[in-house]
Amino acid sequence: MKQLVVSKIKYGTVIDHINAGKALLVLKILGIDENTNETVSMAMNVPSKKMGKKDIVKVEGKYISEEELNKIALISPRATINLIKDYEIIRKFNVRPPKIVEGILNCPNRLCITNSGKEPINSRFYIKIEQEKVVAWCHYCGRKISDLSKHIR
Amino acid sequence: MTELRHLISIDDLDRDDIIYILNKAETFEDVAKGKRKLQILEGKILANLFFEPSTRTRVSFEVAMKRLGGDVINITAQEATSIAKGETLADTIKVVSKYADAIVIRHPLEGAARFAAENSEVPVINAGDGAGQHPTQTLLDLYTIRKECGKLDGISIALVGDLRYSRTIHSLIRALTLFEIEIHLVSPELLSLPKEFLEGIRGNVKKSNLEQIINEIDVLYVTRIQKERFLDEEEYRKVAGSYRITTDLLKRAKDNLIIMHPLPRVDEVEVTVDFTKHAKYFQQAFYGVPVRMAILSEVII
Repeated sequence: MKQLVVSKIKYGTVIDHINAGKALLVLKILGIDENTNETVSMAMNVPSKKMGKKDIVKVEGKYISEEELNKIALISPRATINLIKDYEIIRKFNVRPPKIVEGILNCPNRLCITNSGKEPINSRFYIKIEQEKVVAWCHYCGRKISDLSKHIR
Repeated sequence: MTELRHLISIDDLDRDDIIYILNKAETFEDVAKGKRKLQILEGKILANLFFEPSTRTRVSFEVAMKRLGGDVINITAQEATSIAKGETLADTIKVVSKYADAIVIRHPLEGAARFAAENSEVPVINAGDGAGQHPTQTLLDLYTIRKECGKLDGISIALVGDLRYSRTIHSLIRALTLFEIEIHLVSPELLSLPKEFLEGIRGNVKKSNLEQIINEIDVLYVTRIQKERFLDEEEYRKVAGSYRITTDLLKRAKDNLIIMHPLPRVDEVEVTVDFTKHAKYFQQAFYGVPVRMAILSEVII
């Protein structure tokens, strides 16, 4: 018999097909931390036919905006979103990487102005898909990042 | 050309923009030499904001502004200003942009000029941000090539020395690939051009040996090999010595080969080379004035 790893939710957002091991980063990107009021459940390394292993995040009682959710594509471009109402999926979509992200990534160039430590500055990156991989370019110093999950703030 | 408000990176300009600026610079050459007076920037003030030492760039901006009738304030000694008291660059720029009509900035951090532009009410010109961009140097380099070779399309250039860290080289390569130019990269392995740099760049770029191409090239662009890049001094001497330009090497060069150098030079170009017809690096430094006049008049007026 099929067994649910995390229980169904009545109303809220389910983020499925997250690359295995990246669920915690997904929460970080969405700004969900110990101060959240929502019921959040998370499953890591769940067996998946499509991906081998995957992570799942469920946020109960809240529809997260598409704009916010698309940021997940930075670290998990195959993630799918299910918006749930009365235990039924009312909308399903794939995340798409935003063209520009602000304040989410850190520039690895320690000589970049965004790392000066004292300026009122937000990091800003241009996102592109290169050979099916998500890459980012720093708006300020031009540095390219290929492994985005290592540079999430 | 598209309206130029700030000049931060050479990537902000396309081929037509570059040609437009070079043509404009041409019209200022006699003014730059002091042969014709022009007051088009009378009543305007340029703030030279240098967080890092510079001689040529700062002075040539000052000369360019003054030759066009404008005034210059120099903010250089960090100790003497509030910067030493911990003021942010953002605040410094907000204040200075209330005083001046344009700002020229050199800063040790990459991206500082773009950030400055975002905080400024007046045009900002990047005069070098760390290992990042130095677009006015690139424009004067292109101006020198066009002036001394008579054209940009169809020439062959060798870039020699530190291709890894030199911001001058990085900006220049991007601009050169906008033209039909054959580019030879000549450097020790340790200082070769970063691979990722060539990504997204289309153009005729190849690694070469200077001895083998010296008789084919029109421009020899030399940069300094910095001692501090090497762990051991012996290694530095060996490498630096093998990239020195000598009159002996030039015997096989084309008659109209020009040698360029962003200066300051240490010993990568032998002093005796200065007396050959090939040496154009001091002339190149002069061309910085009409080119910066063109840029200043473009952003201020």
